[in-house]
Amino acid sequence: MNQELPNLSADEIKRYSRHLIMPEVGMDGQRRIKAGSVLCIGAGGLGSPAAMYLAAAGIGRLGFVDFDVVDFSNLQRQLLHGTSSVGLSKNESAKRRVNDLNPHVQVDTYETMLSSDNALELFKDYDVILDGTDNFPTRYLVNDACVLTGKPNAYGSIFRFEGQASVFATREGPCYRCLYPEPPPPGLVPSCAEGGVLGVLPGVIGVIQATESLKLITGIGEPLIGRFMIYDALRMKFRELKLRKDPECPVCGTNPTVTKLIDYEQFCGIRPEPDLSQVAGANVNDWEITPVELKKKLDAGETPFILDVREPNEYQINRIAGSTLIPLGELPRRYQELPRDREIITQCKMGGRSAKAQDYLKSVGFTNVKNLRGGILEWIDKVDPSQPKY
Amino acid sequence: MPNTIHIPTPLRPFTDKKESVDVSGVTVGELLVDLTTRYQGLRKHLYTDEGKLRNFVNVYLNDEDIRYLQREQTPVKPGDSLSIVPSVAGGAYEVGGSWQ
Repeated sequence: MNQELPNLSADEIKRYSRHLIMPEVGMDGQRRIKAGSVLCIGAGGLGSPAAMYLAAAGIGRLGFVDFDVVDFSNLQRQLLHGTSSVGLSKNESAKRRVNDLNPHVQVDTYETMLSSDNALELFKDYDVILDGTDNFPTRYLVNDACVLTGKPNAYGSIFRFEGQASVFATREGPCYRCLYPEPPPPGLVPSCAEGGVLGVLPGVIGVIQATESLKLITGIGEPLIGRFMIYDALRMKFRELKLRKDPECPVCGTNPTVTKLIDYEQFCGIRPEPDLSQVAGANVNDWEITPVELKKKLDAGETPFILDVREPNEYQINRIAGSTLIPLGELPRRYQELPRDREIITQCKMGGRSAKAQDYLKSVGFTNVKNLRGGILEWIDKVDPSQPKY
Repeated sequence: MPNTIHIPTPLRPFTDKKESVDVSGVTVGELLVDLTTRYQGLRKHLYTDEGKLRNFVNVYLNDEDIRYLQREQTPVKPGDSLSIVPSVAGGAYEVGGSWQ
């Protein structure tokens, strides 16, 4: 028996008995789990099931990097958080849940956004990094920081009904950049247009991440290194693809060009939004209209053409009376349906997709197009609180 | 026997929501051209303006990355399937799956 591993108390032996009776885990394996630590980047959809199973399994230390607050819309899938935690910080809520599941687990929380300034410092004290983030800059940041600190990355990603999982950045295996050397440019595919996620999907993918973390920590089985798992919940199919370590990889290749963390927002082509409040003449401008201004227009008898570019299922939830639905993806083949002689107001949920619609309409010759600032959500906040928000 | 191309969820809006499409050709490149001829809207997501496959779109022949085969010149056999595997960022937070 390895003397450097922590001992198990009588309580712990009782708690972990279903592990202990399996020779593949046994006392040694359970002590390794107790000695192990996992840092969850994000205490959300993926981090929830992963952290809960790791806690129940007896992981010694769990870290959470998050700065978000629990919202009602999280509860459909983020099981770390319950109804009574709405409004609480996700870290605090996660800590309570984990402590209740297993008081033997040490929980450390970091109320911060993971950044190039803090990632290396945060990662160095953990055995495995569990990537449950939701955006490309952080994905690349996590990957590069894992390679630079030599920590394996239990990777998971979800989109609607489909999930992906792998283990990146082990010494022998490929990293995320071997698979995707560059991110897609922002805006090429509509971002939140086809968004949403089946609540149980992160359960499946997050548990794969937890499984891989436990295997890495105990050294049993065949880890998901050099393999990429794709799960389709609708068809209930798993597919596995081969991944290779790319000798030309800029981070983990033989002659790396990325030897320290960089500006990942810039790498992913994301520029900070111009601060419109600084523009003279306050918040009104030529390309934007606020919900209150739109309401005034309508009350004054004007008849702008309100173009809702969301998806039909979103339109069922709430809408501006008199608006016309053409989803952003259909606009290129349907823009001829729009009147050329009326002012067009583009509108979506929060203003992002409708800004793309506005750009597109300008590119095909429409001149009198304004984007509704803040989308239907701000409309509901400022003008029509009778409608539900999502 | 036609070959099948698996369409990932984020690109299904461009294939009339189909999760797989039957195509024909004798190389990977020909299958992709057949696909983008049937579904023109896909073209700009898979190819650059210069007609090169975008490098954040990975294409697999069965379970192998075509970058490690002969790329678009890789010959295909009847029954082989292609998968398009785009990078997906979605995970923890709201605005689910910020597949950009």
